[in-house]
Amino acid sequence: MTNVSMTVNGKSVSCDVSETTLLSEFLREDLRLTGTHVGCDTSQCGACVVHVDGKAIKSCTALAVSLNGSDLTTVEGVGSASNLHPMQAAFKKHHGLQCGFCTPGMIMAGIDMVERYHAAGQELTAEAIRHELEGNICRCTGYHNIVKAIEEAAGTMAGQKQAAE
Amino acid sequence: MSDGIGARVERKEDKRFITGKGKYTDDIRMDNQAYAAFVRCPVAHAKINGIDSSAAMAMEGVIAVHTGPEMKADEIGDIITGWSITSKDGSPMQCGVWNPMVTTYGRYVGDAVAVVVAETQDIARAAAEVVELDYEELPAVAAADVALTDGAPQVHENVPGNLIFNWEIGDEAKTEAAMAGAHHVTELDITNNRLAPNPMEPRSAVATYDEAEDHYTLYTTSQNPHVARLVLSAFYNVAPEHKLRVIAPDVGGGFGSKIYIYPEELTCLWASMKTGRSVKWTSDRSEAFMTDAHGRDHVTKAKMGFDADGNIVAFHVDTIANIGAYVSLFATATPTYLYGTLWSGTYAMPAIYGTVRAVHTNTVPVDAYRGAGRPEATYMIERMMETASREMGIHPAELRRRNFVKEFPYQTEVILQYDSGDYFKMLDEGEKAADVAGFAARKADSAARGKLRGLGYSTFVEACGIAPSAAVGSLGAAVGLWESCEVRVNPVGTVEVLTGSHSHGQGHETTFAQLVSDRFGIPIDNVQIVHGDTDKVQMGMGTYGSRSGPVGMSAVVKALDKVEEKAKKIAAHTLEASEDDIVIENGEVKVAGTDKKMGWHEVGLAAYIAHNLPEGMEPGLKETAFYDPLNFSFPSGALICEVEVDPDTGVTDIVKFTAVDDFGTIINPNIVEGQVHGGVTQGIGQAMLEQVVYDETGQLITGSYMDYCMPRADDVPSFTLDHTCTPSPLNPLGVKGCGEAGAIGAPPAVINAITDAIGSNDLQMPATPLAVWTALQANKTAMAAE
Ligand code: FES
Ligand code: FES
Repeated sequence: MTNVSMTVNGKSVSCDVSETTLLSEFLREDLRLTGTHVGCDTSQCGACVVHVDGKAIKSCTALAVSLNGSDLTTVEGVGSASNLHPMQAAFKKHHGLQCGFCTPGMIMAGIDMVERYHAAGQELTAEAIRHELEGNICRCTGYHNIVKAIEEAAGTMAGQKQAAE
Repeated sequence: MSDGIGARVERKEDKRFITGKGKYTDDIRMDNQAYAAFVRCPVAHAKINGIDSSAAMAMEGVIAVHTGPEMKADEIGDIITGWSITSKDGSPMQCGVWNPMVTTYGRYVGDAVAVVVAETQDIARAAAEVVELDYEELPAVAAADVALTDGAPQVHENVPGNLIFNWEIGDEAKTEAAMAGAHHVTELDITNNRLAPNPMEPRSAVATYDEAEDHYTLYTTSQNPHVARLVLSAFYNVAPEHKLRVIAPDVGGGFGSKIYIYPEELTCLWASMKTGRSVKWTSDRSEAFMTDAHGRDHVTKAKMGFDADGNIVAFHVDTIANIGAYVSLFATATPTYLYGTLWSGTYAMPAIYGTVRAVHTNTVPVDAYRGAGRPEATYMIERMMETASREMGIHPAELRRRNFVKEFPYQTEVILQYDSGDYFKMLDEGEKAADVAGFAARKADSAARGKLRGLGYSTFVEACGIAPSAAVGSLGAAVGLWESCEVRVNPVGTVEVLTGSHSHGQGHETTFAQLVSDRFGIPIDNVQIVHGDTDKVQMGMGTYGSRSGPVGMSAVVKALDKVEEKAKKIAAHTLEASEDDIVIENGEVKVAGTDKKMGWHEVGLAAYIAHNLPEGMEPGLKETAFYDPLNFSFPSGALICEVEVDPDTGVTDIVKFTAVDDFGTIINPNIVEGQVHGGVTQGIGQAMLEQVVYDETGQLITGSYMDYCMPRADDVPSFTLDHTCTPSPLNPLGVKGCGEAGAIGAPPAVINAITDAIGSNDLQMPATPLAVWTALQANKTAMAAE
């Protein structure tokens, strides 16, 4: 057991975890943040995507002990039912989810790609979104509405950034 | 009311999913919870001589190791099949016994042999690794056609030649005679590739035994929790129904694979009684590939005869269906009554005959997967049509139009009677939406860039809303396939709908609420849909076969009718008017032509206060209905796929995909379109990417997402969709069902487009770049030789 301390969704947490505990297990089992899902065992599906220090990673592929001192955001931390993040709102508006299992990973991947493209000054086209979603599998939606949702959220998020600047 | 039938309302259920607050089975944690892991048969066929669990039991944190013989000793039942099929010689089907955990023989890689229960999942899995099996490997067979050959390994002793049944449908003599007189006969060997359903949420179960109450609770990933409870009680002998509660909370997709009541869920229940602990098991993806029922896996020889004008005169089919090591719940219905009965497709065929041989192999059981039998039928028919059109030099759309069913109801040669449709209109609309007129120019443009462009059609009809109980009973089903609903109006006028349908992505919490909103003019936010819990909802049959619309919603309508009738009586009494003059709209109950009215909530209140009800009326406003469908419903569609192939690499790009469907009445277009997007994508997956591979020894080669290619965002285009509408005359809403359409219609459209582009009919699914390139080379060689 090793003690790890990190900030998760703005709150500091400190826990003893085993050296083999995956970040996805740590979030789901130790912190009971079950919005992060596990859909595979080969780092392929992206249901487990969270943000570590502002970057999207697959939490099933990171060890909790390796993230001591990190700042984490999970789907529970980006918005709430009464105050949705633009990405969450866009998924709802465009029917970008059906069973909802891939959705947390899609939302976290979506936010990350919008922010990366924005930082690089690149346009996030539908084609780029499809390419960027390579690491996220959805079996229900056929991606059509996910792409629409991310496209719209990219616009809203850019607008918000501008307004803030 | 803006929330009513046909409105594009956003889904009520989404908020919990987008904020990470969904509650799936693996999210549930009970007090006193332990974890199960399974020891599995490592080879495709083995005699298990002994199980040594001493090393596992010695590990810290291991609570118990249990085996199949112990389960047998506790009189836990064997896994059942729900549909018996009679062979053409009149003999009943023969199938092997499926012990939930192996008693003597393991018959596929992954067959459960023992269960380890431990304090943590890690310990359970580690302990399962050190349980030692003493086994003798036996010869195995994985391919269905090989399993039928003389001297093939026997999967079950009591099933000689591995043949479960040899079923027939149609008129053999009439078909042979018509075929003999045909002007042109098209013949094709067709493989329908084996698929792994892959809902993104793996199967999971949490079972709890309460000794003091002698009561069990099971949270599980099920599409039909009531059927699970019935089967677990009546057949698996876990506990009587009133001592077993089954809850299917949020379920992350099913596509058929979560209909079945598998050994693992059953074992968790039994193990919780054995250990006195809550027992949780969650499949990982590798385990899902090994143990979730697969889909499709047919090998077919088909012949279609035409007269000189291109009219179909006869259709002959010979199919071998791989059922796997054991006969799963719907496994026998899928390649027979959900397949052979659809062989007429969208066409008026005067003579049809065929046989289906169902075969045991040393592979995981094969059962219904999105479309179940209908994709197999459609793929075969639509490839035949396209191939015939090329052979006879008739445009594929024209050949289809010549043969379309023109009048409804239409009685096919293979049992089913189609309710309604307009196949000409949907194809016309499809051709317009796909801009078929501009195809030649686009093809020329591709050619100028060194690319091959192709256009492929598929028109399909499917049978949804399974099904009239008496009819399926006469065909061998063990259950009725009605649906139930209870509508409760609360004293404040809000409404709860308890339905036996189950939503695992289909959006019932929204669409079912729209029905109530439409009827009483109250907002959908005032309606709560309750489903998935046997303690809350009366018996129901669950969701599969696109039945929640045609059957589940019909039950809602029936219950709403009863509620409306009583509400009108109460209002008439209160307002001193005639019942016939009462109308309900916009949340008000009015006397037509006057200004006398009550709020909807006031009627609810009056029903429960009960101070002033009509003479003899019981208080309360709550009604239950069971709806048994009159027939299947028959959605249809025209799908057109346009591809561009790179001849140097075989890489194929779907440049446009158009689907014009007739689903009858549509409740929420957003949700229906979403179903089509997802279905078409699974169809494209089958056509171009997905294939379960077992090697000849029965080892599973495609055991993870590294080897099994799932469709990703980059593999599919944005879709062009439209609808035509001929309401079903056989259910109150006129709905037909939309869940499976895309998966049924898409594969032949894709393959017809690719074969059009490469100029060869010799292509099987999945059309990977290698397969396309190989077909192109073979075609070049053949053309050079001519
Ligand atoms: S669970 Fe992390 S990629 Fe699948
Ligand atoms: S919504 Fe079900 S997997 Fe994406």
